[in-house]
Amino acid sequence: MSRIHVTTKINGDETEFLCDAEATLLDVLRDELGLTGTKEGCGTGDCGACSVTVDGRLVCSCLMLGAEAEGRQITTIEGMAEGEVLHPLQKKFIEMAALQCGICTPGILVAAKSLLERNPDPSEVEVRYWLAGNLCRCTGYDKIIRAVMDTAADMRRAS
Amino acid sequence: MRFESPRSVEEAVTALAGQTGAHVLAGGTDLLVRLRAEMVEPELVVDIKRIPGLREIVAEDGGWRIGAAVSGAELGEHEGLRRDWPGVVEAAELIGSTQVQGRATLAGNLCNASPAADSVPAMVAAGAVARIVGPQGTRDLPVIDVPQGPGKTALERGEFIASILLPARGSRSSDAYLRFIPRTEMDIAVVGCGVSLSLDEEGRVSAARVVLGAVGPKVMLVEAAAEAIKRRVLDEAALNDLAAACSRAATPIDDKRGTVDFRRHVAGVLARRAAVIAEARAKGEQA
Repeated sequence: MSRIHVTTKINGDETEFLCDAEATLLDVLRDELGLTGTKEGCGTGDCGACSVTVDGRLVCSCLMLGAEAEGRQITTIEGMAEGEVLHPLQKKFIEMAALQCGICTPGILVAAKSLLERNPDPSEVEVRYWLAGNLCRCTGYDKIIRAVMDTAADMRRAS
Repeated sequence: MRFESPRSVEEAVTALAGQTGAHVLAGGTDLLVRLRAEMVEPELVVDIKRIPGLREIVAEDGGWRIGAAVSGAELGEHEGLRRDWPGVVEAAELIGSTQVQGRATLAGNLCNASPAADSVPAMVAAGAVARIVGPQGTRDLPVIDVPQGPGKTALERGEFIASILLPARGSRSSDAYLRFIPRTEMDIAVVGCGVSLSLDEEGRVSAARVVLGAVGPKVMLVEAAAEAIKRRVLDEAALNDLAAACSRAATPIDDKRGTVDFRRHVAGVLARRAAVIAEARAKGEQA
């Protein structure tokens, strides 16, 4: 079976790849493009470790075929920092130690960034519901939620 | 497996009709899980998201036609839909996480044909109609007639749902959907209940549709429950009769998530709570 040729934009860069029809976007990102910041947790859309945005919409890359990416704009964790300058969420997660093993962290950062772009002043309940699809087996979530709330407050003050 | 993303309904129908076991891909939140588990191994997957109109919500005869590839997140961002059919929108928004909301569709929830699908009781309460396209042309089928049992639909080979119509919302009318899950988020309904009702000028129920999910092999329109509240103000006695009718109608299974008795009881509790919310919304109150 011939592979499918896909042209897409990933983190602002025009990108082409070949993929099998069965390959998920997650497979493509990790195995074809070497963008291994996006993690595979469950592979069934339950854990959120593979979160990316597609045309600005937060999705699980394990629940999308690579072939569907044709003409779309995809943002992964690799697109979050600007060069060496970390995104405020990334800085805050380090400062507040809002991670332990780190497997869930890229997905949580991508998801949290997507929330703050839509809602710069979320309540704690809104943060918890927005991140309900991002599982973390280490932290107990509290530090993550506090880091997101704190970043949101910092970003509001800075703007 | 082959992958096609046709640019027209005709192309999609031709592709689906021409291949045994071809699968339609819209949001993919059920299909990709089944692909990974090798529960399905299709020769062909047809992505319908690039067919013009399938990602749009358009006004039609006072109601709303929702393309089959419109995501839950897009439903929740649509002011007109939220105003006219808040129960359908809240049901759709209960499905999965933010990430799943970014892709999952009403038509997919319907075609997955799970008895516990959250959006389906709400759509049935709304009197929603699916527009089905296929090799024989286009046909309209009430949403209640689409599921035929767990995992089974009334769709024939080559057919798929192109859109779902939520009809015009009358005055002094609204809807609500509630489900019971043992957690606060990210779970499958143990019981779900959609209620859509209209009130007359005295505040009595003039029309109602009461629908249960997850308490039978498919979604259940409980006509006895609607009859129990018609021409009545929703006082305690009326709500008790509504709840009793729903508990009687439910035919749930026993499993680790709920016993038969528990599910029957919860069916009544959810029906009365959903009716109270729908009533408040119909009166223009926040609920």
